[in-house]
Amino acid sequence: MWKILLSRLTQGHRTVAYPDEPPSLPPRFRGHPTIDSTRCPEDCRQCVDSCPTDAITKDERGLALDLGRCLFCTDCTDSCPEGAIRFTTEHRMAARTRHDLVVRSGMIDRVRALDGKMLRLFRRSLKLRQVSAGGCNGCEADVNVLGTIVFDLGRFGIQMVASPRHADGLLVTGPVTENMKLALKKTYDAVPPPKIVIAVGACAISGGPHAGHDEVHDGAASVVPVDLFIPGCPPHPFTILDGLLGLLDRLGPDRTAPRGAQLTER
Amino acid sequence: MTEVLAIPNGHAVARADLPRLALDAFRALVIGAAAHRRRVSALFGVPPASGAPDAASIELIVVLADDDTGLLECASTVVGEDGLASMTPDCPEVHLFEREMAEQWGIRLQGHPWLKPVRFHPSHRPGHDAWDRPAGTWPVVGVTDFFRLEGEEVHEVAVGPVHAGVIEPGHFRFQCHGEQVFHLEISLGYQHRGVERKLVGGPGKRTIHHMETLAGDTTVGHATAYSQIVEALSGTRATPRACALRGVALELERLANHTGDLGALAGDVGFLPTASYCGRLRGDFLNATALLCGSRFGRGLIRPGGVAFDVDDGLVAQLQNRLSAAEHDVTDAAQLLWGSSTVMARFEDTGRVAPETALALGLVGPAARACGLRRDVRKTHPSGVYRMVHIPTSMAESGDVFARAYVRWLEIERSIDYVRTQLGELPRTSPRREPAALRPEMLAVSLVEGWRGEICHVATTDEAGRFRSYKVVDPSFHNWTGLAMSLRDQQISDFPLCNKSFNLSYCGHDL
Repeated sequence: MWKILLSRLTQGHRTVAYPDEPPSLPPRFRGHPTIDSTRCPEDCRQCVDSCPTDAITKDERGLALDLGRCLFCTDCTDSCPEGAIRFTTEHRMAARTRHDLVVRSGMIDRVRALDGKMLRLFRRSLKLRQVSAGGCNGCEADVNVLGTIVFDLGRFGIQMVASPRHADGLLVTGPVTENMKLALKKTYDAVPPPKIVIAVGACAISGGPHAGHDEVHDGAASVVPVDLFIPGCPPHPFTILDGLLGLLDRLGPDRTAPRGAQLTER
Repeated sequence: MTEVLAIPNGHAVARADLPRLALDAFRALVIGAAAHRRRVSALFGVPPASGAPDAASIELIVVLADDDTGLLECASTVVGEDGLASMTPDCPEVHLFEREMAEQWGIRLQGHPWLKPVRFHPSHRPGHDAWDRPAGTWPVVGVTDFFRLEGEEVHEVAVGPVHAGVIEPGHFRFQCHGEQVFHLEISLGYQHRGVERKLVGGPGKRTIHHMETLAGDTTVGHATAYSQIVEALSGTRATPRACALRGVALELERLANHTGDLGALAGDVGFLPTASYCGRLRGDFLNATALLCGSRFGRGLIRPGGVAFDVDDGLVAQLQNRLSAAEHDVTDAAQLLWGSSTVMARFEDTGRVAPETALALGLVGPAARACGLRRDVRKTHPSGVYRMVHIPTSMAESGDVFARAYVRWLEIERSIDYVRTQLGELPRTSPRREPAALRPEMLAVSLVEGWRGEICHVATTDEAGRFRSYKVVDPSFHNWTGLAMSLRDQQISDFPLCNKSFNLSYCGHDL
């Protein structure tokens, strides 16, 4: 008993002050990429060709990078002779539509909150059922982390619940394997309306490294309507938390720090 | 003894040198493995050459690990339309390998006691189906026979595929009498993404990313196993600095997962102090990996030929400081666990696996070491930095939840020491060397002791130096049946605790 109390003192208070204070992320963290198409030589397609998931395309307007496909690997930055693509340590990347995830220059917009009735219903209490549909346990692990004392998701009124019947929505990870398609659909149907779906990670958004395999369906949107996309492979817990809080309009009006302020050269 | 080709871990040989045994001799070799103190590390069918996808015969390759000599014995045979008599009745550890080859290549196996699908997909060899299902049909996952117990007041409990926690999907069938579990059958395949098939013809630009996501919590383990394959097939040697940094990353991965497991076990018996502290500390180890390479899971770090991120003295000092702080707190959290009589009452004698069972099933990793089986690839088949600097093997005897937890704790202590030592004496070479092209018509075997146990990759190349086959054996493939056995004669309410004490991978099994 005394030992437990003593430990409690030495282990200390560990919950982060997010979102009131910005997160501390390692210098090598690969967050929101930025593109400078003016650096691209005329016929160069090195980054396009090197990308394992075809996240990068090039047309007359320059490069476009789909964060929903991006694995945040270094294949494009390593291949680019001009440094046209760079990763910043910006963790905020969630978006409400698939289209919003395509970056040409600058940063993507701040995630748009739910509107009207949905916001009133879920803003202060959101219960989610997690469904892993072919996820590699990367996304699952970093969603789980939100439940630890470090992030303490419960303080925002967000909770992972054991049954879809108790849930306001689903948080889907994985590319949706053929073998999980029916289970995902049934779980969705079991959630009482109105309901939302959140796709976490490159797999759940686009199939990720498994896109195009015969055995998978290239993401959650193939089976259920998706309301929030959170990119990453896996997304950092802060990226997931930012997405969830943005959706619920819980980030506060004063949190408009210029994006890309922490731009770091890699 | 039968003719085999014995090679050390991480070596490649010409395909032509692989002994092609008669079917009977091959069967005798596999069945006799246990008696000769060998383990079956891999047993699989090789895809037919690209020109003959519906070939009438299929090649089988076996890799037997000899933990006494540190050699891997390889042999092959050819199976025709008649299939082969199952080896499982005489050699239980191949039971799942046989089910897998029946499902993948439509090989008929006579006398297999429980020949069911593993991942529920159509045969990869058109016109060949071990169950004579109509061509092109896709078996519905989980729809299959289950072992059933009949009797008054006997009831069946079905759980999954979607579980109550944030966890991957799988289906569990319990045969119970009241609270008492007579038998648990585990049916997986829900996570099947078809990765192995996509690796054929590689390496391509997605290959390393497939490796890093085979089991996302074992990114470093699988990426290292793959890198060793490419290095063996291309005749490239990873630089000494790369080997040391890979060792650091592999032990950090072990530290994060073992610490998380201790916390999860504490949480399952309602002991919240350790559950809370370890939940946080697991993240501290993951963040140490992120200091190295930007990713908490080590994505992007391990590459064929070496590592993609180097460290300088400042980073090393930072890592050492974090390691010391985490060591202090994880020691405190673990000692609370061992000092609590309520925790020990729940851990001890729960989910016992007898050493004979562990041996028969071919368990690996902490689950095997908790039963007194001295199985640790870092010691018996060392590669990379483990050839130079040894790490003690952590053992326990009782085979219960306590033993599996305690082995983890011992490994946490030793991994911290190991990381500290490695960071203190990093060789001053370059971190990476560009690998050459893969040599054609070769076979390579690579073992890595991941945090769950032995990771085995076996690759063969075609005449152009592309992967003709790529076999992945995640430690979970060996160990899922161990979890099923641990539940026998236990209360069904102990399932979560037993499950956490194994903490196996679904996608690593389903691939």
